[in-house]
Amino acid sequence: MASLRKYLDRIKPDFEPGGKFHALHSVFDGFETFLYTPRTTSAPRNAVHIHDSMDSKRTMIIVVLALMPCFFFGMYNTGYQHQLALGINEFQFWDMMLYGFLTILPRVAVAYIVGLGIEFIVAQWRKEEIQEGFLVTGILIPLICPAEIPLWMLAVATAFSVIFVKEVFGGTGYNVLNVALVTRAFLFFAYPASMSGDNVYIASGKPFGYGYELPDGFSCATPLGQLATQSGPDIALTGVDGSAISLWQAFIGLIPGSFGETSTLCILIGAVILLAAGIASWRIILSVVAGGLFMAWIANTFASPLYPASYLSPVEQLLFGGFAFAAVFMATDPVTAARTNTGKYIYGFLIGVIAILIRTYNNGYPEGAMLAVLLMNCFAPLIDWCVVQSNIRRRMNRLNAKSVRS
Amino acid sequence: MEIKLKKGLKLNLEGAVTDITAIRDVRPTRCAIVPDDYPGLTPKADVKVGDSVKIGTPLLHDKKNPEINLVSPVSGHVVEIRRGERRKLLAIVVENDGSADSENFAIPSDAEGVRAVLARSGLLALMRRRPYDIIPSPDDQVRDIFITAFDSAPLAAPMTAGIEGDALKATLEKAVSALALITTGKIYIGRHHGMALPTIKGAEMIDFNGPHPAGCAGIQAAAIAPVNKGEVIWTLDLTTLFRIGRLFTDGCFDPSAIVAVTGPEIKNPSIVRTSIGAPVTEIINGMLAEEKHHRRIISGNVLTGQAVGTSADGDCWLHYPYRQVTVIAEGDDVDEFMGWASLAPGKMSTSRTFPGYFLHRAFRPDARINGGRRAMIMSGQYDDMIPMDIMPEYLIKAIMARDIDAMEKLGIYEVAPEDFAAAEYADTSKLPLQQIVRDGLEYLRKELE
Repeated sequence: MASLRKYLDRIKPDFEPGGKFHALHSVFDGFETFLYTPRTTSAPRNAVHIHDSMDSKRTMIIVVLALMPCFFFGMYNTGYQHQLALGINEFQFWDMMLYGFLTILPRVAVAYIVGLGIEFIVAQWRKEEIQEGFLVTGILIPLICPAEIPLWMLAVATAFSVIFVKEVFGGTGYNVLNVALVTRAFLFFAYPASMSGDNVYIASGKPFGYGYELPDGFSCATPLGQLATQSGPDIALTGVDGSAISLWQAFIGLIPGSFGETSTLCILIGAVILLAAGIASWRIILSVVAGGLFMAWIANTFASPLYPASYLSPVEQLLFGGFAFAAVFMATDPVTAARTNTGKYIYGFLIGVIAILIRTYNNGYPEGAMLAVLLMNCFAPLIDWCVVQSNIRRRMNRLNAKSVRS
Repeated sequence: MEIKLKKGLKLNLEGAVTDITAIRDVRPTRCAIVPDDYPGLTPKADVKVGDSVKIGTPLLHDKKNPEINLVSPVSGHVVEIRRGERRKLLAIVVENDGSADSENFAIPSDAEGVRAVLARSGLLALMRRRPYDIIPSPDDQVRDIFITAFDSAPLAAPMTAGIEGDALKATLEKAVSALALITTGKIYIGRHHGMALPTIKGAEMIDFNGPHPAGCAGIQAAAIAPVNKGEVIWTLDLTTLFRIGRLFTDGCFDPSAIVAVTGPEIKNPSIVRTSIGAPVTEIINGMLAEEKHHRRIISGNVLTGQAVGTSADGDCWLHYPYRQVTVIAEGDDVDEFMGWASLAPGKMSTSRTFPGYFLHRAFRPDARINGGRRAMIMSGQYDDMIPMDIMPEYLIKAIMARDIDAMEKLGIYEVAPEDFAAAEYADTSKLPLQQIVRDGLEYLRKELE
């Protein structure tokens, strides 16, 4: 390791002002601080002399780690659905994993190259350090899109949201909306044909020449997509092989859907990691689930053939679509969520309610969770404002009560 | 009455004093008074180089409140008046002749007299007032006076160390009866839960149970009776109260300072009795462990202290509040490969992602910031460290935006920089919270005066 340090020290002057690679200073700095903890020490006065070992790099990496179960399961499920569509009965584990891996690899690469590229350029332009927020966003984006989303669309959508949702507001920590979700919303509204329909959510391509040729005419929408065409109290949701989807399958995640958000089990593992590490807010996760169950219960109590999704039980509502993923990984983004403790309960509960509300009563948008989180992102500052005002009012009353007494 | 404070920071560092009864005397060769230790004071020197002074002789006074003095902690003669840029007064250095010659102050019995003698004897400057966390003014209308009887900061020694005994209670009661003339309200003494401090007549004894910053007088005030806009409270520590008691007992300024010499770089942490403003180098002489790496000598504790040098020409003094010296590793000579991914058990953190969190061990942290400065990302981190009914994150944002109206509403009059020290330690965005709060208080004071 000492030789690496020496090498970095040797090339460092090239990246300083006046050096031949000064235009890449932020990139160098990003890599250097990634490899070695900065030697910067505390200010001599009016400051603490020791700092917690936790920093935002570690915070972000823990979130990426928490996403890994979903990521690996997504690889498995992509291969599984691919082979299921083909009608294969004997599944080879590594075969499926490899297929899923080869399918998602270019998407991850595109998301990171486009997003980090923009971050590097902006950091250099603003003469700032490169910040690690996109580490998480870059893995979230492929996880919440169909596995075979065309690369150019992904690139356009990522660039759009990194620039217009994050950088124009000031970069990491200043964005109002969740960057990954805006990417998805951009794709959803700009290229609806690639984000919904009967054959988007089953991978059929042959990435790097690997995989099988699927027969023409196979089709299978996601469970929520299928609901729109159903009517009546008896709902029949089927997988790509035509068999009914059981609750257990939905929980494990062996259903068609976006790459990383089908498995409620893996999302739960991620939630445990985030909560154990103290990174995600349990207040938000808990209240999103409570809000979702509450609204699903209401919808189910007043179920009507007009709105087929209202026949789903509250538990099914939690298992299908992106609800669980949004509750654990999207609603809890600390930058875009409510920041006060009371505000977090309100914010989370409303996300849960609105997600199910959109899903149930608007057949055009089967995925309500994405829109619910984005909507509440917009309202989070207002919720916080109200909470802060109540604190201010309490303080004012303290003073007023005193002047009345005396 | 007992108040339980849940929020805050428990840090377990190496280098705590084990035997608080073994006290070593260090007679300093020189002592210095540093005006920068006294926020709100505009210094004007009263002495020239060569003047001989006694203990308690004024060295400088405040331009705005000329009756407020800072006094000499030793008897001897002035050897140096240090000035910085634009002739800013940095320090007045007095050589110690070792005698106990002391100015005598007449002991008054009325409120005006008490205020005046506190100001003249330099004891007023050892207190703080809120709002603004500055030295009090002798004509403040004081709502209440809050005295903290314990220091909850890492490695701090009990404030009663070295002043225990029969005289303690009587001396403190004398001080409380003098202070009672000043305030129309109450005098509160915040004891640590389980602390052996007798009930002091005339004061309300409140027992606090909780981690740092429970020992900060302002935190105690917030839990007992928070400061509102337009009100003034004074805060002080038990040591200062004891000094006031001494003044009202025998008419002398007591310059002795009981200093806990602590930290992982000290080989035999122990308590030293010396004088206010003594050179830290003389205090820690022979106590440093033999090490080659860079070290940071802190006058004070690791959360609120000041880094000092070892050169006699530089800042090497024991600074306000004259209670502790801590030595830690500097850390600027360490190369840590991918430190953010480390699972080393020696890493100290409030995060459960570090194994050290689960190990009941003492840590040896260094002065590194351990990361880069970021925007406020994680929410609720400050709330968990500040046991006050305020919204710290929003207050910090209001200060950064210099929004006076919002600062007032969010409670800037209740806070002092030290209240934010635990939050600054834990902050993953590594924001300089204490500096931000200090700048905000100064800004507000300038705008409103």
